[in-house]
Amino acid sequence: MEQLNPQSRRDPYGSRINRRESVLLAYGLPWATIMLGSLTPWLPVIAPAPVMPPFGFLLVLAWRLLRPGLLPPWAGLPLGLFDDLFSGQPLGSGVLLFSIALIVIELIDIRFPWRNFWLDWLTASCIVVPYLVLASLLSGAALTLVQLGVIAPQVVLTLVLFPLISRMVAVLDRFRLMRVRRID
Amino acid sequence: MAPPAHRRSGVNRKAQLGVFTGYLVAGFGALFGAALLTISLLRPETFSGLRTMASDAAAPIGAAGAAGRTGSQSFFDAIAGYYRAGSRNAELADEVRIARVRLAEAAATEQENARLKAVLGLVSGDPRPVAVARLIGSTSSSARRYGYISAGRNDGVRPGMPVTSPMGLVGRVLEAGADSSRVLLLTDSESMVPVRRATDNVVAFAEGRSDGSLRLRLINLGINPIKQGDVFVTSGAGGLFRPGTAVAIATEITRDGAIAQLLSNPAATDVVVVEPIWQPEAVEALRGSPPEPAAAPGA
Repeated sequence: MEQLNPQSRRDPYGSRINRRESVLLAYGLPWATIMLGSLTPWLPVIAPAPVMPPFGFLLVLAWRLLRPGLLPPWAGLPLGLFDDLFSGQPLGSGVLLFSIALIVIELIDIRFPWRNFWLDWLTASCIVVPYLVLASLLSGAALTLVQLGVIAPQVVLTLVLFPLISRMVAVLDRFRLMRVRRID
Repeated sequence: MAPPAHRRSGVNRKAQLGVFTGYLVAGFGALFGAALLTISLLRPETFSGLRTMASDAAAPIGAAGAAGRTGSQSFFDAIAGYYRAGSRNAELADEVRIARVRLAEAAATEQENARLKAVLGLVSGDPRPVAVARLIGSTSSSARRYGYISAGRNDGVRPGMPVTSPMGLVGRVLEAGADSSRVLLLTDSESMVPVRRATDNVVAFAEGRSDGSLRLRLINLGINPIKQGDVFVTSGAGGLFRPGTAVAIATEITRDGAIAQLLSNPAATDVVVVEPIWQPEAVEALRGSPPEPAAAPGA
């Protein structure tokens, strides 16, 4: 059989014989990518105004919407804490907002068990906009109208970027389930 | 996509409890976050140890990227430059002509300054910088404007020290870690710097507006003497910043002052200098002053 078709014992996730998924990769990759997303303040971009989308939070949303059940509902606590260490927000704002976001998605999951990409995008938009507004309200900065006007470009950029991020997460998800471990 | 199976625990008691516990912990996490947030809003310095530890651990990533930043920037600037070459050239020629005159004036002022300082017996010259560091990152997705620099306590950096670039003031150190520090940039809405007009003694406060510009608020209200293009420098009031460091240029006149653009745009800054606090005694005295009035009536 292999001489006829060398791909006969393979599928997109790798060889189907004598290989298994790595537990570390399958469960660790979402956490690792989200934490990497939270490290965006270390990108060499010195912004005069908040312009970058909150990558850590977007990745949480994308993973949660793509793979319900992969991130436990309590994941907002550790991931939000990690995000807070670097984001410049007062410590605790990420913990609170990440946790609330994950609980809200659970509730949406109950309402709409069958979802498609457009509903996912709408869900993410309905969560990310309040997130950005609340984050700037809770940032401890003096509140002015200028402040809220400043985040408008960030909101637009974030909404436009979400499909791209969820596409990237889909690719990562395929990589996550690669059969890389040899069974002896 | 198929509905997730994880919530359908069925009659399995253990699975039901597991799902319930998950929700419970999630709700608890949100409450815990709210508690942490309240603490850090009331006392912002509470968790600084945790943050500096984390930024020390992550700083090498930023330092690696920062080296490439100015390189790529000048590359894009070079491309943009071709499109505006002609008009820029004429503009620059004009500017140079004016600048030559100003330079001569400045030399005269400097000479006079040196003479007057000699009369007073003051030590002239800039203070030695504490450290030279790279600006390696900023909180670009948060409403607060913090930067990270690649020098910390091991280099002698302490909280409160001014951070400058050759173009002017950048901010001041807020938290110092072992090898990295967090800098409050001038554009943060909590940042306030006492400034004066470079040409005379019109004094004002420069507050951050968190959109990249500063708001100048005159201390002496009345007729607003500020004109577009006025350059503001630090006045030295408060003892934190050395007087005479360039801060901003007024671009838009408002009722009680002006909106000003930063002279040392952090986005175009690569290497920064951490300077010592100008008058440590004055800063200490100001910091210690709030309890004193309470004790004063008894004295």
